[in-house]
Amino acid sequence: MNKTLRLIAADDHVDNGDPDVLQLPNDADPLAIEVCLGDLTRIDLVFPKFTDGRAYSQAFLLRRRLGFKGDIRATGDVLIDQLVQMQRTGFSSAVLKEGVDASAAQRQFDRFAAFYQGDAVEATPIFKRAPEPAA
Amino acid sequence: MYQYTDFDRQFVQLRAAQFRDQLERWQSGKLAEDEFRPLRLQNGWYVQRYAPMLRVAVPYGELSSRQLRVLARIAREYDEPEAEVYKTAIATQGKLGSHKLPTHYAHFTTRQNVQYNWIPLSKSADVMDLLASVDMHGIQTSGNCIRNITSDERAGVAVDEIADPRPFAEIMRQWSTLHPEFAFLPRKFKIAITGAKEDRAATGWHDVGLHLLKNDAGELGFRVQVGGGMGRTPIIGTVLREFLPWNQIMNYLEAVIRVYNRYGRRDNIYKARIKILVKAEGQRYIDDVEAEFKQIVEHDGAPHTVTQAELDRVSASFVPPTLATRVFRSAEETDADLRAQAADDVMFARWLARNVAPHKNPALRAVTLSFKRRLQAPGDASADQLDTAARLADRFSAGEARVTHDQNLLLPWVHAEDLHALWLAAREAGFASANVHLLTDMIACPGGDFCALANARSIPVAEAITERYQDLDELDDLGEIDLHISGCINSCGHHHSGHIGILGVDKDGKEWYQVTLGGSDGSALSGAAQAGKVVGPSFSAAEVPDVIEAVLNTYRDTRETGETFIDALRRVGIEPFKAAANGARFKVEEAA
Repeated sequence: MNKTLRLIAADDHVDNGDPDVLQLPNDADPLAIEVCLGDLTRIDLVFPKFTDGRAYSQAFLLRRRLGFKGDIRATGDVLIDQLVQMQRTGFSSAVLKEGVDASAAQRQFDRFAAFYQGDAVEATPIFKRAPEPAA
Repeated sequence: MYQYTDFDRQFVQLRAAQFRDQLERWQSGKLAEDEFRPLRLQNGWYVQRYAPMLRVAVPYGELSSRQLRVLARIAREYDEPEAEVYKTAIATQGKLGSHKLPTHYAHFTTRQNVQYNWIPLSKSADVMDLLASVDMHGIQTSGNCIRNITSDERAGVAVDEIADPRPFAEIMRQWSTLHPEFAFLPRKFKIAITGAKEDRAATGWHDVGLHLLKNDAGELGFRVQVGGGMGRTPIIGTVLREFLPWNQIMNYLEAVIRVYNRYGRRDNIYKARIKILVKAEGQRYIDDVEAEFKQIVEHDGAPHTVTQAELDRVSASFVPPTLATRVFRSAEETDADLRAQAADDVMFARWLARNVAPHKNPALRAVTLSFKRRLQAPGDASADQLDTAARLADRFSAGEARVTHDQNLLLPWVHAEDLHALWLAAREAGFASANVHLLTDMIACPGGDFCALANARSIPVAEAITERYQDLDELDDLGEIDLHISGCINSCGHHHSGHIGILGVDKDGKEWYQVTLGGSDGSALSGAAQAGKVVGPSFSAAEVPDVIEAVLNTYRDTRETGETFIDALRRVGIEPFKAAANGARFKVEEAA
């Protein structure tokens, strides 16, 4: 899994009514859609406000618990300062709000080489990983 | 103390660099005010009544003298408001009657952190760099995330300790730091951990309270309590597990917090803490947590299980420090010396009795430096005082101090034979008030003199009670009493858990104070954790000292020999105390 997210401009995120795309409200139980995951290529999760963090847990459960292999997309109030944690909880793409400066986004991914705890992408916490070979 | 690895150190430095990037984007208008707010909050920067406030994390309260010196430097060089800001603050607070708004100060909080009240935001990134230079930061000291983990101030030295909680606190600190899933919870989330028989960390009052213990087989684990909290609805945590094996703690916490993140209320800030979810859902919440925990262990492969190797690695940082070798003196000889010194000076005797606690190592003691004295607010320390504390820590305590949850500093590694020299030095520094756990060792938040949330000022009330009770004989006679003062219902001053609690309320734009009696933090002295009961309508600031006096006089009149305030209150009930409190109201002339 790449240590980045596919960033999508607001204009390029269109709802064509594709049957293999599901928009999941952030109070829905992702475990309840397990049976139809095979039919989906993309699940859109939503941040009504960026301070509402429910979709992080949804993404984690979809990616890690249910093993969903398709695209998990962050929509709604998506800010570049939350992109890294989105990627770490299992999101693979994010729709930037209109007017958001994407150039500052990649910088966020480059900042931290590693984190302490396991997440949806790197399941093992740092204390259990083999040490990096000395340069 | 925990020794930072290169990774830990670099992590904090990167965090400081990230904050600088965010600050600059905000300053240049690329980041909106609303978008910057939660970012600065998760680095400890609030904007308060007049100026920003910085809350620095002190993990489980442990500070090195090196860190204390940097905290002193920040107070000295950065805790200074812009002239206009200070002029406005002085003029506005002056109208209320507050004439002292100290600058170049730091403040010890009830969550063992350190706060500054005047640092301009424009200098915030520089301060974060300075903090990072001594492995410090403000990560997650605010915002709706997992906050700094608090613990027993006597961790690792307490005679009643079952296991040292600090290695676990450190492992959990690392696990919770920049946790991607739990950075935007419904509300703030506070974890406290203790490893002693006595609960000195008020664990029952936390979102998660952890108590290390051993089961019948001698294995180490945690009693896990969830859903405690103060605020508008004070609730004591529910026990979810009587015994959870120590290595499962993070797998279990992930379940506790994931269920909360998904189902905690987000529609009403007063109902968003986990306590409301636990209370509303009851067994259903517990069942959900257990089901999620099972999935984490069985399906996800228990990824956060703490290995023995990791526990050993972290624990190695918490071995007792190597202390200077001494000429051998037997415990009997040292005791005899102390007795003779105490007989010579009653003030030293009082200090020994109140501020000195026994230690795992019989040659050592844990000593409280009191930050409760006249003319300074509870827990306040000037830049010079912080430097002095650093010197005392170096000279007497292997360079280590602890911030206590009742806003003092504790020196954990003091040689018994150094006690007299330490007392002389502490007295010189103004840290030797012999009042630990007595009435004047009160807890108070910064209140309406600084905090934007406060409904009323706390500091003048603390000051008035401190002034009235300066007679040490009287204080000793009144014995151990927890007096806790909060300037608003957010309860930073823990008024709910005070034997006597004072809560600032706002009525028609005026400051009033609600008095509660019989609260407990869960210590042996105070009994099972519980919230105090309100004695009646609120009082004016001027009435409060009289109300406290009336309550204390009732105690003196009703107590049996040797009975503490809280025991007397529990035995006779709240009524006579309530009547006395209400009798102390100023008489209002009947309108004609």
